[in-house]
Amino acid sequence: MTEPLLRLDALAVHFTLGSALSGGVRTLKAVDGVSLDVAPGECLGLVGESGCGKSTLALAIMGLVPPTQGHIRLNGHELAKRDRMETARTVQMVFQDPYASLNPRQTVRRTLADPLRLHGIANRSEIDHRVMDMLAKVGLRPDHADRYPHEFSGGQRQRIGIARALILQPRLVICDEPVSALDVSIRAQIINLLLELKDELGLAYIMISHDLGVVEHVSDRVAVMYLGRIVEQGGWQEIFEDPRHPYTRALIAAIPDPFHRADDFAKRTKAHGEIASALAPPPGCHFNPRCPMKADRCVSEVPLLEAVASGHRAACHFRDRTG
Amino acid sequence: MSTPLLAVHDLNIALASDNKSYSAVESVSFEIGRGEAFGLVGESGCGKSITALAVMGLLRRPLSLGGGRIVLDGQEIQDASPAEMRRLRGSRIAMIFQEPMTALNPLSPVGRQIAEMFVLHQGTGWKEAMDRAEDALRQVRVPSPERRIKDYPHQLSGGMRQRVMIAIALACSPDLLIADEPTTALDVTVQAEIIDLMAELCAAKGTAILMISHDLGLVANMCQRVAVMYAGRIVEAQPAHAIFATPRHPYTRGLVDSLPRLGERARRGRQRLREIAGVVPSIAAYPPGCRFNPRCSAVTDICRTTAPAITTLPADGLVRCHHHD
Repeated sequence: MTEPLLRLDALAVHFTLGSALSGGVRTLKAVDGVSLDVAPGECLGLVGESGCGKSTLALAIMGLVPPTQGHIRLNGHELAKRDRMETARTVQMVFQDPYASLNPRQTVRRTLADPLRLHGIANRSEIDHRVMDMLAKVGLRPDHADRYPHEFSGGQRQRIGIARALILQPRLVICDEPVSALDVSIRAQIINLLLELKDELGLAYIMISHDLGVVEHVSDRVAVMYLGRIVEQGGWQEIFEDPRHPYTRALIAAIPDPFHRADDFAKRTKAHGEIASALAPPPGCHFNPRCPMKADRCVSEVPLLEAVASGHRAACHFRDRTG
Repeated sequence: MSTPLLAVHDLNIALASDNKSYSAVESVSFEIGRGEAFGLVGESGCGKSITALAVMGLLRRPLSLGGGRIVLDGQEIQDASPAEMRRLRGSRIAMIFQEPMTALNPLSPVGRQIAEMFVLHQGTGWKEAMDRAEDALRQVRVPSPERRIKDYPHQLSGGMRQRVMIAIALACSPDLLIADEPTTALDVTVQAEIIDLMAELCAAKGTAILMISHDLGLVANMCQRVAVMYAGRIVEAQPAHAIFATPRHPYTRGLVDSLPRLGERARRGRQRLREIAGVVPSIAAYPPGCRFNPRCSAVTDICRTTAPAITTLPADGLVRCHHHD
C-alpha cells in the first residue's frame, strides 16, 4: 500500500476546564483516540452531530490545536515536527460561513496573493498569473479580482474561500460544512465545483458535513463520529447501504424521506434523546442511552472499532445484528 | 369544501427603504384547513417568514401590509387592533421560531413561561397554572418535568428548549401553529424527534400547522400540501407527495433535481448534480416578468416581460409559469 497522505494514530485532544479553586478541574475529551487514514486523491466524509469533535479533529490536523496524545502524520512526517509553512502548503481548509471567513477589507486579489507572497513567491507577474488562473478555476471572472467580499453573493464568496484554500496547491483540503450556509439553489454549484477540482488537481478532501445526502454523493470513504470517537468507518456504499452501528442507522433514519420508502426502517432505528455532554460521557459505549439495541454489556464494556468486512469497521458489540 | 381555518387572499407586503418601497411579498394566497399541515418552502429572502409574521400581526417597520386579506375562521384579522391580536396570539394562533434561546426569556424559569399562557389567556391562578405547566412539559417529553420546571433556558439543551417552545405554543390548544424553521438550529437526529413530536401533538389537539422551511424534503414529509415561494411570489403549490414526483415549476424542478438524495448514488452511480444557474435576486433588483427568468433553462421572450398568471392544476394545486406544460 502506498503511504497515506494523512495518518491519525490514536489521536486525542483533551481540554481542561475550570481550576482547582473553582470546583475542580474537569477534562473534556473532544477527540478521544481516533485513528484514520486519508490516501492521496481520496475524499473522506466525516459525519456526526455538533459536539461530536469533528471540528476539533479538523483543527488538530491543521496544526491549530496540539494533540494531547497520539500522532498526526502528513506524508509520513510527524506534524508537530514539520515546518509550519510546509504544513500550510500541504493542508488547507474551506470554512462553513463565507461571510465570516473572508477579510472584508481585502480585495479578492489580496486574499489570494498574500499567501503566495508569504510563501516566498516574489515575482509579481507570477503572482498575478496564479491568482487569475485560480479565479478561472473556481468560476470567477478576472474583473472580480479587485472587488471586496461584500460585493459577492454567498455562493461566489464560497468560491473565493475555495480559491484561497487552493492557491498554495495543497494536497489535502478540509471542507468544514462547505455548503450548509448557502442558499439551497446554490449548493449544487459548489458541490460540483469541489468534485471537479478534486479530479483536476488530484486533491484529497476531508468533507465534514451533517448533510448525509452530500456526504454520500462526494465521499469515497466515510467515518462516523460520536462523542470524540469513530464509531463506524468504511466505504461509502458500506456505510450507507449496510450500516452496522446503530448511530449510523439513526442518522440515516433521521433524514426526511419524502417518498416514504423506508417507513418501518425509520421507526425501528430512530435514536432518542440527545448527545450527552462530552464532559460526562456515558460509560461503556457512549451511544448507549440513546440506543434501541442497548444491553447490559454496552454500559460495562467499551466496544472496539472492529472489522465487519474488509475496510469496514464498527464499534458496536452487536455489529453483526442489523436491527 | 368547508370554510378553511386560515385563508390568505392576495397578500402584499411592502418593504420601505431609502424613500423607496419594494414589494417583498406579492399576491400570495393560500388556505389551510382545520388540522391540516401546510408547508411554505423557499430560500432565505423569499418572503416566507414575513408572510408568517403578517398572519401573526407582527409586521413592523420597515415592513408593512400592502394589501390583501387574512381570514382566520371566517373573521378578517388583517386590520385587527393590537389588543385583539394579542388575544388571538397564544390562544388561537401560536408561533415557534428557529432559535429557541432568543425566543425564550432568559431571566424566567421555563415553567413560569409556560404557566403564563394559562394565566394570561385562560385566567387560571398561578398555582394551578404551574401544575398544568408541569403536565405540558411532560407532554413534550422533557425528562423529570417536576425538576425541569424550575430550570432557566440556559440550563437546557437546544432540543429541550425547542420542546419548551412547543409546550408554550400548544399550551392553550391553538387552532393554528406557525413553525418557522423550528429545527434548523438542531442536529438531525434531534430534528427528527422534534418534528415527530410536533406532528403528534398537533394531531392530538386538532391544531393546524403552517410549517416554514428551506428544506423541501422535511416539509414534504410532514405536510399534506406544500407551496413553494420564490422572490416574493408563490410559484407552485401541490399535495406533498406530488411536489417531489411531478414538480411543475422549473424552480421546484431545479430544487428537486439539484439536491443529492440519499440512496441515489447506489442506484444510479454518481451523476453530476443539476445546477440552478445564477443567484437569488435581491429584493431591490427583482427582474421584470417572471422573477425566475434569468435562472430558468426554459426561458422565452414572454417570461422576460410578463409576469405569469396562476394556473390551477387539474389535480389540486397551482403553478405560476408560462410554460408549465
